[in-house]
Amino acid sequence: MIHPDIPLLKDLSVPGRIGASLPRLDVEETPIPPQLLRDSLTLPEMDELSVVRHFTLLSQRNYSIDGQFYPLGSCTMKYNPKMNEAAASLTGFRRTHPLSPERISRGAIDLLYKLQRSLEAITGFSAVSLQPAAGAQGELTGVFMIRDYHRRRGENRRTRILIPDSAHGTNPASCTMAGLIAQTIPSNTSGGVDLDALRAACAEEGGKTLAGLMITNPSTLGLFECNIEEIVRIVHEAGGLVYGDGANMNALVGVLRPADLGFDVMHFNLHKTFSTPHGGGGPGAGAVGAAPSLSDYLPGPLAAMSSEGPTFTVPKHSIGRMKVFNGNFGVLVRAYAYILMLGADGLRRVAEGAVLNANYLRALVEHAYPVAYGEGRRSMHEFVSTGIPNVHTLDVAKRLIDYGFHPPTIYFPLIVKEALMIEPTETESKETLDAFAKALLSIAEEARSNPELLLAAPHDTPVGRLDETAAARKPILCYR
Amino acid sequence: MPYIPVTGEQQEDMLHKLGVVSVEELFEDLPKRLRYPKLDLSAGISESEVLRELSALAATNANADDYRWFLGAGAYNHFIPAVVPALASRGEFLTAYTPYQPEVSQGTLQAAFEYQSMIAALTGMDAVNASHYDGATALAEAVLMSLRGTSEDKRLVLLPEGLHPEYRAVLELYLSAFDVELRTYRGRPADAAAEKTTNTGLTAVVACYPDFYGRIPDLSGAAEAIHEAEALFIVAADPIMLGLLKSPGAWGADIVTAEGQSLGNELAYGGPYLGIMATTNALVRRMPGRIVGEARDAEGRRGFALTLVAREQHIRREKAVSNICSNQGLAMLRSCIYLATMGKTGLRRAAELCWHRAHYAAKRIDALPGFTVEEGAFFKEFIVRTPIDAEILAERLYERKMVPGLPLSRYFSDRRKELLVCVTELNTREDIDDLVESLREESK
Repeated sequence: MIHPDIPLLKDLSVPGRIGASLPRLDVEETPIPPQLLRDSLTLPEMDELSVVRHFTLLSQRNYSIDGQFYPLGSCTMKYNPKMNEAAASLTGFRRTHPLSPERISRGAIDLLYKLQRSLEAITGFSAVSLQPAAGAQGELTGVFMIRDYHRRRGENRRTRILIPDSAHGTNPASCTMAGLIAQTIPSNTSGGVDLDALRAACAEEGGKTLAGLMITNPSTLGLFECNIEEIVRIVHEAGGLVYGDGANMNALVGVLRPADLGFDVMHFNLHKTFSTPHGGGGPGAGAVGAAPSLSDYLPGPLAAMSSEGPTFTVPKHSIGRMKVFNGNFGVLVRAYAYILMLGADGLRRVAEGAVLNANYLRALVEHAYPVAYGEGRRSMHEFVSTGIPNVHTLDVAKRLIDYGFHPPTIYFPLIVKEALMIEPTETESKETLDAFAKALLSIAEEARSNPELLLAAPHDTPVGRLDETAAARKPILCYR
Repeated sequence: MPYIPVTGEQQEDMLHKLGVVSVEELFEDLPKRLRYPKLDLSAGISESEVLRELSALAATNANADDYRWFLGAGAYNHFIPAVVPALASRGEFLTAYTPYQPEVSQGTLQAAFEYQSMIAALTGMDAVNASHYDGATALAEAVLMSLRGTSEDKRLVLLPEGLHPEYRAVLELYLSAFDVELRTYRGRPADAAAEKTTNTGLTAVVACYPDFYGRIPDLSGAAEAIHEAEALFIVAADPIMLGLLKSPGAWGADIVTAEGQSLGNELAYGGPYLGIMATTNALVRRMPGRIVGEARDAEGRRGFALTLVAREQHIRREKAVSNICSNQGLAMLRSCIYLATMGKTGLRRAAELCWHRAHYAAKRIDALPGFTVEEGAFFKEFIVRTPIDAEILAERLYERKMVPGLPLSRYFSDRRKELLVCVTELNTREDIDDLVESLREESK
């Protein structure tokens, strides 16, 4: 199949065209000071149909959940219900201004309040802020809270945050932004936190410099950390607090409340667990829940209920503001619609379905794709394979595209060299899982019999593998 | 349930394959006493019931379709061509992931490249990233960027007095980990930067173009004075205004940030919005956020891929330039479609309408007894001094289905008689005349 280049907007532009119709000027003109006027502006000049064709053609060059299975580990690419979109586009949400006076925006505040309460019920935390725009911003919120907690108690030296070597890169990066020191702790032979290393790290510098621990549970290996309660106890006894990274909440929702494990603060990716679309990279929402130890430190304002109805309040020792206005409200509406529809029972079935699908898929392929650290244990919502002989994981990933599947997450977590991280989610059917397993097994066979086929993959995409090294050396970041 | 396709019978087969009899057995690693808690959450309801409940909540909110809307203050009621939601809501865009696999993400990637190109043209800069969370976090990250690679004695950032109060709050939190003084200046940025005796260790000077009150500052000489002090010139701009007025790049800015909500994104009670960030070629490797670049495959075909990733958290971890991962990709796409549709002529026309209608409104309000409008150059927003408490006045206008602006007492308790009024291309002459008449009648 031939895939011609889709021309760039600048090449579609024809002087004199316009794609938008604007009102006529109906007031007298006020002169614009000439020294303020710009000389020229190079933007496209296109009619509306040309714009529609261009972006329609572009959209067809994307894989998406609506079109393909997306077994992207740690990303929870579940189906995004269309009902959510209908809810977010209600005029009273879509066309409401963030500084609209409370008296005439009670419904919006009430929605925030109800979503806060729902997330508190689901996670067991005593308070939730909906302000953070993404998981990483939720993490940054959490480490700011931990930092301010210690500072308020006069323990300014508590600046070390322990992070397992299997963690997402955002964990250490968030620590740096909060002025804390990220200290890596090794995993043990079963992929969990090495307790001796944890105890030793807590005790360093007389035990007076530990700020806390950031931990993802289930871990990025897709395994539940069996020692989690012991880990939390060790950190608490050393005067530290525990941050839970909620990236993998899809395995637990309705089955276990993370606050019951003793976490002090945790974020939840509403764009993962609670079904809001990823939009090609965002927007997300990284709601943060806090235990009583930290709830006074949440960013403000929070929605609250007063005698006059829904209103806003700012926590007593709030870290401040992470973002303007009320968070990614449109995302919050979608997540709330989803929670309303599923209710407690439906949410439990989400985690059960996610874990069932992951273990079933694992069972279908693990003889060819060995599972890292998972020997003799159940996976949770995802599993990580160590890859297959004869080829690199990148080649398996690219070959999957030829079979019509989006590749899984690859080369993460960093502790598994040729990691292939597969998360099917509960929204995929058994038929899809069977077909995907069949593709993986047939690729394993190809890797033995005809590895060149994998090395040259993908074979029928608009572009083949791109030379990213050359692109980064001499970057072309705009057309001119 | 419509979102879980595995049937009861299939579940039995799958469990059988796993050698267990119940799903609960798969959760054996979880502490038993904590499993299956009773959640304080209602039972699920059907789709029509969900939408009925949410429609009821939505109906209680004043919205910019039913009210005549003169409130801006960081979120603006601009025209959104119908093609923007129609195209951006296509499932191929909406439900795609971050384009880490370029071969199956060329749609998202090319759109991001085109967005970067158009924003570069609009701001007059060389390079643009593929979005931050909002205008405030983009500005905060720009200031952090100015600290990067500077020596320890760089400890001073000058912020304009007219910075949005919520931006100021975000900046304070984002900068709280660094030993940096955030000092407020008044007047021209060139003069503020030239105060050599008090400006030891100047890192960056921020200018708002226009500021929170709509005022357009005099940026002449700013870049020279700031660069003389070996600091960076950061401009937080209104992207609609740039359709008409001189670009920050032409004023010599090193980093430009903006709230991109105005470019095709809904008011949506505050989000999702779009943090825009642009910079020079010299600084691009210090810029945070995802960036899309052109690349070639083995056959020489042109494609697009995420590039300069060595700046990012998934590669550099604690040494990354920022922790940002998920961004506002869909808001960026909407702005890309918006700019392509409005184009050179449409964006300029929208900006001209804002200019002329806002000035018309300002003149008429200024002529009302007891009202004055602050003098000076402004774009689409201006401060009105009111004869009575602005909040009380605004309350009265809500009854007329009109939101006349932001009473400044919302942020500054001592500014009781000031109203920040915003006029865009969506406010007709009739709306404006009604506003003027209502202000006159209700301020008696």
